[in-house]
Amino acid sequence: MTKEYHTICQIAGPLVFVEKTEPVAYGELVSIALPDGSTKRGQVLDTSEELVVVQVFEGTGGIDNASGVKFLGETLKMPVSKDMLGRILSGSGDPLDKGPPIIPEKRLEIIGAAINPYARDNPREFIQTGISSIDGMNTLVRGQKLPIFSGSGLPHNDIALQIARQAKVLGEKEDFAVVFGAMGITSEEAQYFMKDFERTGALKRAVVFLNLADDPAIERLLTPKLALTTAEYLAFDLGMHVLVILTDLTNYCEALRQIGAAREEVPARRGYPGYMYTDLANMYERAGRIKNKRGSITQFPILSMPGDDITHPIPDLTGYITEGQIVASRELHRKGIFPPVAVERSLSRLMGQGIGEGHTREDHRAVSDQLYAAYAEGRDLRGLVAIVGKEALSERDRKFLDFADSFEGRFVRQDMNEDRTIDQTLDLAWELLSTLPIDSLTKIDRKLIEKYHPSTKK
Amino acid sequence: MVEQGKGKIVRVAGPVVTAEGISPRMYDVVLVGDLSLMGEVIKLVGDRSIIQVYEDTSGIRPGEPVSNTGEPLQVELGPGLLSSIYDGVQRPLPVLMEKQGDFVSRGVTAPGLDREKKWKFKPTVKQGDELQGGMVIGEVPEGNLVHKVMLPPKVRGKVKSISAGEFTVEEAIGELDSGHKLRMMQKWPVRTARPYAEKLLPDIPLVTGQRVLDTLFPLAKGGTAAIPGGFGTGKTVTSQQLSKWSDAHIVIYVGCGERGNEMTEVLTSFPELEDPRTGKPLMGRTTLIANTSNMPVAAREASVYTGITVAEYYRDMGYDVSLMADSTSRWAEAMREISSRLEEMPGEEGYPAYLASRLSEFYERCGRVKTLAGPTGSISVIGAVSPSGGDFSEPVTQNTLRIVKVFWALDSKLRERRHFPAINWLTSYSLYSPILEEWYRKNVAEDWGALRLWAMETLQQESELQEIVQLVGADALPEEQRLTLDVARMIREFFLQQSAYHPVDTYSPLKRQYEYMNAIRKYSELAKKAVSLEVSLEKVQTLKCRVDLGKLKFEEEMDKGLKAIAGQMETEFSGLGV
Ligand SMILES: Nc1ncnc2c1ncn2[C@@H]1O[C@H](COP(=O)(O)OP(=O)(O)OP(=O)(O)O)[C@@H](O)[C@H]1O
Ligand SMILES: Nc1ncnc2c1ncn2[C@@H]1O[C@H](COP(=O)(O)OP(=O)(O)O)[C@@H](O)[C@H]1O
Ligand SMILES: [Mg+2]
Ligand SMILES: [Mg+2]
Repeated sequence: MTKEYHTICQIAGPLVFVEKTEPVAYGELVSIALPDGSTKRGQVLDTSEELVVVQVFEGTGGIDNASGVKFLGETLKMPVSKDMLGRILSGSGDPLDKGPPIIPEKRLEIIGAAINPYARDNPREFIQTGISSIDGMNTLVRGQKLPIFSGSGLPHNDIALQIARQAKVLGEKEDFAVVFGAMGITSEEAQYFMKDFERTGALKRAVVFLNLADDPAIERLLTPKLALTTAEYLAFDLGMHVLVILTDLTNYCEALRQIGAAREEVPARRGYPGYMYTDLANMYERAGRIKNKRGSITQFPILSMPGDDITHPIPDLTGYITEGQIVASRELHRKGIFPPVAVERSLSRLMGQGIGEGHTREDHRAVSDQLYAAYAEGRDLRGLVAIVGKEALSERDRKFLDFADSFEGRFVRQDMNEDRTIDQTLDLAWELLSTLPIDSLTKIDRKLIEKYHPSTKK
Repeated sequence: MVEQGKGKIVRVAGPVVTAEGISPRMYDVVLVGDLSLMGEVIKLVGDRSIIQVYEDTSGIRPGEPVSNTGEPLQVELGPGLLSSIYDGVQRPLPVLMEKQGDFVSRGVTAPGLDREKKWKFKPTVKQGDELQGGMVIGEVPEGNLVHKVMLPPKVRGKVKSISAGEFTVEEAIGELDSGHKLRMMQKWPVRTARPYAEKLLPDIPLVTGQRVLDTLFPLAKGGTAAIPGGFGTGKTVTSQQLSKWSDAHIVIYVGCGERGNEMTEVLTSFPELEDPRTGKPLMGRTTLIANTSNMPVAAREASVYTGITVAEYYRDMGYDVSLMADSTSRWAEAMREISSRLEEMPGEEGYPAYLASRLSEFYERCGRVKTLAGPTGSISVIGAVSPSGGDFSEPVTQNTLRIVKVFWALDSKLRERRHFPAINWLTSYSLYSPILEEWYRKNVAEDWGALRLWAMETLQQESELQEIVQLVGADALPEEQRLTLDVARMIREFFLQQSAYHPVDTYSPLKRQYEYMNAIRKYSELAKKAVSLEVSLEKVQTLKCRVDLGKLKFEEEMDKGLKAIAGQMETEFSGLGV
């Protein structure tokens, strides 16, 4: 029988302090009975013989000093089962749809243990998203964690949805699933995702966790952990290829900051806790592949950069952990270009392992390097034209200037439902590059030019 | 009463545990809780010991037992370190995987060195020899080199017996008159520097095969370098390039709080790559310490010490060791995390006040030395720094720059242009350049220094001219200055840019670096002459030799191409009347 304590001595923000308990474990799950008969859950953050600090997930509203506190004797676990596919759950894992309760096949710790680096397998299978600016320039591979850095009002959700709809590994029909974790997004946004999942039939293969804007902020700290625990079960126990979409990480980090402030911790930058890097890493690193296991976890976290500032701690720390980033560009969005991917600021660190002969095409690396170089040169010239006018440019420079426009207008821009194969993407790239003097294609070696350049290709 | 060295937990707050009833010394290793999690005493307050625990403390509660091992955190040193991959406290990851499965769980110990494996030992001393601490007593083939078995630094005496044969690291291979048993394995506390006879001037370059580094900002064997850069600017790729190509005997790669997949990549690629010195598998000269970002922070804090201690051990054999620490910022953050749990008074950005001294103590452990045994060995350290917000004015970058002698500044602007390695040639520096010039002159080319200077000056001029161009456009410049811009561009695009992923371009021997830059200078001279003869710059720039010069670096037969290009340039320029 678990003992109930009525020794709350302080309540501050999301934290409850309890005195005179028997020894309580660090990380132990807590249940708090409120005077109105409802219960809230929490977790132990600090434990000593004198005092136990509990972080309450559903917020401390309504808790008083007389509330009963029970320590449940175990750390936070969640039930998982194959039947979760197709289900919509709350941010703390309770069914929101009218479906039956989930009969657990297993109960798993939601703080996943680290994958032993020695057990990891290299992510190297090319995922074709059908989006040229990603496939061609910032290629995604299975087991990668690639966030979208966006800003308010930018169509990051559409990008994520297009990826979720179109992503495939060529020549394979394998078990895949989508795990969607929403943290503090509006119900309208959530609806947008759900509608699309329903429309495309993806919902049947999805597990959805919803913590919405009006749900308790601290619950957001649980949501991605539940989502990833589910993903690990689907991937490594059931052998599925799981795409995890988490949105919006910025709300998660705000909740983290709130806990830090309530504990009066010394903050690092801009009030965020010093351990935010480690905390985020514990989440993002739950992507990957494992040797001798069939499944994989590919992560697509979405975060909005406060004030479009990429040096803000949230995108900054994320970028230091994830394997690249897709940056949404307000400038392209204003020009009406969808998807507004700022290729020059985007990066896929695992691209090298997933492209080239046997993966995509032998010319992929060289073509992408050349596109980057030519686009950068064209963009520089835009700056110059603003000063000296287009007439002052040499003919060569004018070609580069035009190239930058057609690159944005034809390569980056595509329809929300346009699913380009990698061959189409690369052929389009060659077509655009062929408007430049052949001599200026310095990143591509002769053999490839002979084989693929429209002027020499048979 | 609790017995001596046995106590109990009174508080658990994340990785920091407080215990009573053990009376340890600072830095003693203790076993915490029913699971016997490994931890280290980092603070003593009255009768309470504050412990940082190397494993996750979830589920641990006050009242559980704590016992003191009475020993500081040590690493095991001996044959078997090479080709190994360890966590931050030297637990072999393959062994952990065998015992625990694919995820790292808790409470498992595993010795750093294999206890079963037999090594072929051949003594190099004999009965009756008088030995001093650190002297070599025998040899064992290990990985790509000869492992020198040394007497531990503090032991001395006369050899009573010693024998050749196959031994495990623990078996006695002999004995001293004092009764001290000789073994291949020794232990050393990680937070204490291993002794050497004397420090020497680092006057030999660590050749890396990376053009911008070797030519413009060279590192010396035994030197220190920092690579700061925002995310995605190339810290890891540069560190990995150095661990692949640098002409060190031994490479210690510490993945400190970084990505799991990066360690996997090293693990899959290194066994297939060749050690440029010996032609054997690269793994045979490498030890990996992998304490990724999601592994416990206290073990992350320890990982750089584990790494540098292994480095010192091979240095003591007389080898040149290079150690890459990716990233020292994550190490500093681990310190910060622990310090804040201790409720210590924070310094700048929440880092502990002792950040600067920890950094300098660490970098102080490298250098070129005369070892206790006599020969020369070195440790070069390359520390990646991950400044928050990419801003170099933050405390870790600033404190590091006060110590290191080489600064390779990675630049997000260059990265956006895919100029790799994104090392900013205007702000980077190497304080070793003047010391190393002598070596380059003797071993590469008499006019190495002059050529380097020419390149640096051209780049400097470019940046000054760029300021004008930004205002009025390039057309306003005289042809001669526009030529300078073009030559600088060639230096940047042909010479400084070097793709880590291109099979040929990835590594460039010194001689080739010299010839390449020299060819660009030759082009520059001929072009200058042409311009002075009123040939239009347009004509000069569209010569085939200029295009060819750029593509040369990707060619299998680059050295042949470099020989031919001089003639080609002369022919083409003479066609313009030069
Ligand atoms: N020394 C430098 N350090 C860092 N970044 C530099 C440096 N020089 C140039 N850059 C970056 O590269 C950008 C482009 O430089 P620059 O204009 O010289 O190259 P380019 O456009 O390729 O050459 P060109 O002017 O001949 O077209 C600069 O705007 C700047 O961002
Ligand atoms: N020398 C190089 N050659 C080619 N690409 C490079 C080079 N250096 C860096 N890169 C590119 O930049 C990306 C990020 O580099 P990385 O070393 O992982 O950055 P950091 O460690 O600074 O975050 C790599 O994935 C690669 O695409
Ligand atoms: Mg320019
Ligand atoms: Mg890195």
